[in-house]
Amino acid sequence: MALLTYLDAIRLAMLEEMQRDPRVFVLGQDVGAYGGAFRVTAGFLETFGEGRVIDTPISESAIVGAAIGAALMGMRPIAEMQFIDFISLAFDQLVNYAAKSRYRWGAGVPIVVRGPCGGGVHGGPYHSQNPESYFMNVPGLKIVAPATPTDAKGLMTSAIRDPDPVLYLEHKFLYRRVKEDVPDGEVLVPIGKARIARPGSHLSIVSYAAMLHVALEAAEAAAAEGIDVEVLDLRTLLPLDEEAILTTAAKTGKVIVLHEATRTGGPGGEIVALIAEGAFESLDAPVVRLAPPDTPVPYAPPLEEYFLPNAQSVGKAIRALYDY
Amino acid sequence: MTDVIMPQMGESIAEGTVTKWMKAVGDTVERDEPLFEISTDKVDAEIPAPASGILTEIRVQPGTTVSINTVVAVIGAAAAASAAPPAPAPQPPSPVVPAPPAAAPPAPNPAVPTAAPVSAPAAAPVAPPPAPAAPRPPAPATLPARPTPPALAAPALVPAPVAPAAVPAPPPIAPPAAQAAPVVPPPPAPPAARDDARPQADMSVDELRQTRSSPVVRRIAAEHNVDLNAVTGTGISGRVTKQDILTHLEGRTASAPPAADVPAPAALGATAVAPAVPVVAPYRPGERVEIIPMSPIRKRTAEHMVLSKRISAHVSTVWEVDMTRVDHLRQKYRQAYQERSNVKLTYLPFIVKATIDALKAIPVLNSSVEGESIVFKKDIHMGLAVALDWGLIVPVVRNAEEKNLLGIAKAVNDLAERARTKKLKVDEVQGGTFTITNPGVFGSLFGTPIINQPQVAILGIGTIEKRPVVRDDAIAIRSMAYLSLTFDHRIVDGSDADRFMAHVKKGLQEFDENAL
Repeated sequence: MALLTYLDAIRLAMLEEMQRDPRVFVLGQDVGAYGGAFRVTAGFLETFGEGRVIDTPISESAIVGAAIGAALMGMRPIAEMQFIDFISLAFDQLVNYAAKSRYRWGAGVPIVVRGPCGGGVHGGPYHSQNPESYFMNVPGLKIVAPATPTDAKGLMTSAIRDPDPVLYLEHKFLYRRVKEDVPDGEVLVPIGKARIARPGSHLSIVSYAAMLHVALEAAEAAAAEGIDVEVLDLRTLLPLDEEAILTTAAKTGKVIVLHEATRTGGPGGEIVALIAEGAFESLDAPVVRLAPPDTPVPYAPPLEEYFLPNAQSVGKAIRALYDY
Repeated sequence: MTDVIMPQMGESIAEGTVTKWMKAVGDTVERDEPLFEISTDKVDAEIPAPASGILTEIRVQPGTTVSINTVVAVIGAAAAASAAPPAPAPQPPSPVVPAPPAAAPPAPNPAVPTAAPVSAPAAAPVAPPPAPAAPRPPAPATLPARPTPPALAAPALVPAPVAPAAVPAPPPIAPPAAQAAPVVPPPPAPPAARDDARPQADMSVDELRQTRSSPVVRRIAAEHNVDLNAVTGTGISGRVTKQDILTHLEGRTASAPPAADVPAPAALGATAVAPAVPVVAPYRPGERVEIIPMSPIRKRTAEHMVLSKRISAHVSTVWEVDMTRVDHLRQKYRQAYQERSNVKLTYLPFIVKATIDALKAIPVLNSSVEGESIVFKKDIHMGLAVALDWGLIVPVVRNAEEKNLLGIAKAVNDLAERARTKKLKVDEVQGGTFTITNPGVFGSLFGTPIINQPQVAILGIGTIEKRPVVRDDAIAIRSMAYLSLTFDHRIVDGSDADRFMAHVKKGLQEFDENAL
């Protein structure tokens, strides 16, 4: 066991895989000499050399394109988007090449595209986004969003070993704020499986990434008032763990879907639709979505604070749903 | 000739001040018509005329304070008017409520700023009371009651949601005898007939919730052949929640067959038939108030307290206990307990121990009522009421009968600490079979606590203090406490209660030092 931050866990997973498998390499802006804008790849250049730690030009499209090419040639690239917000520049490469390669040509593209997402750090509109919903509608991609160091390590390992493209969303707010004991050695968390972060009986919160911690905080506060909240950590967004989602919905009959991506067109709609289709007869109340309003992420701290869901706003929703 | 006197508004009130006369000398008065207003220590009130006639004499002017029963005015027979001006059009009798200032339906006349209900200014012909359409300020419209946690027998009451002051005649209350839930005050909106024949598009959201509730509730109702009309709804808009219907089903299997038209004569079970509770406005338009929504714990406490009173036949018996021996043992062993086991030895573990022993001897105090049966509980799960900043909570020491004094002291310390730091688990505040509460900690001599359903008794500990008492025909100073037991007279008779208390008293006064 080692006490690792979320960021340490990601770094360690990549390090161990690079040690284990010579085909694995990293590329991205400032990943080499600088060690990564957030220091995730600190020490990698010294350990693995220029051949496996590549500082790229500022071109996300080129980064992902090169990764796709390398993957088609048998390598296992980990492509970093310095801020996941800029993945929009690599959209075509991901959606039209990486995602469809196996379907179209029978050639898998085992790349990992990773980057820091999310707000709460005064990053403003271009350094705080959560892009998962743009890609959830793309068959051929997988999307993971860990909330804990153990899941961060386990999902990174699984992502690197996965034969198909995986979008790995690491939430920057959690980088150094979340620490836990992570088992030594190989940690494998399966892609596509959610986890009950807190069992409960009165109502469920389905969430992931930074909002998972908000959900847990609100659940603890609710417990003091006698409301027993179950919290499901999705961990993977594509494919969603339908079984876990429907099981918790059927168990409590009352569900809150909580995410940091903005409301309209966010992942919440998909999850609520699944629940309505598959758990309708078990519902004792309408399914509730909690998400920030439909605006770019504000920079001004009071606005950002208002924008993001927090334990109080979730607490209010919990009480209202409990009373329904 | 009738004397009009200063009334006594409350037991401890000795005088009152006349603040206003609604009639002048020579006016005709009708019996029960508001005649004058007074102000007392406790309440301001309108006082009705005790007889009809002519007001012949006013002896006490506004602003004057007199003792109760003082004659303040005289009403003479109608013909004996002495040089009085012709009376103005007789006032229509208004609904007069002398005492509590709370307004009954018809909205109060806004022209009268006092706490009095509707009154007519003396000389003017009075229009009929304003139509009850006066909109109430938007009070918390539906503070839907919360279904009680599983430990309690039945769902809580629905506080009658706010509506225009005219509450229609409550629908007749005909709970099926089998229904486990207490009947609640009727929702003011004429409850939807729950007749699914009407097209859904025509129904309002409230009606849809009342008639169709939710998918899971419909499913359960269909599976068990339950008519949703027969189930008390505690959810939003008065709908039947999942918990409501599940509780209803539990009650149905517990007692016998289905909806009788005539409720069985006072079924002993958890059924508590409540008469329709008239809506009494908590405040009037224009009154200065601050409305703060109740916290969930407050709501639950409120619901449980009235529910408990409706379910059980509450009787309290108070016993005086000499705590000197316990005091002595406490002093003697306190340090040892602290040093050896890091446990604070308070009075409570001694009381808990004595209570457990008494419960073993008179087990009906550790039971519950189910329908027409008494459920004797084999285990003693001792609830200990704790008053926290944010509300009342009752953590439970499970299987207290298996613990010795040290074990009890440890459990008490631990639960209290975790209650304060909000670290109790949900199952630690459920499942108690008897409760001990401590009104004495705040100085009360003794309390008359409310039973924690579904238990049948609760023991209150009064303040422990030195008092002079008689021992062997001499005055001695002893550490004394009043212990009060509230018990459910449905199954616990006075003799049981007193035998129990005698056991507790003996247990404390002759506490076995070997137990420490």
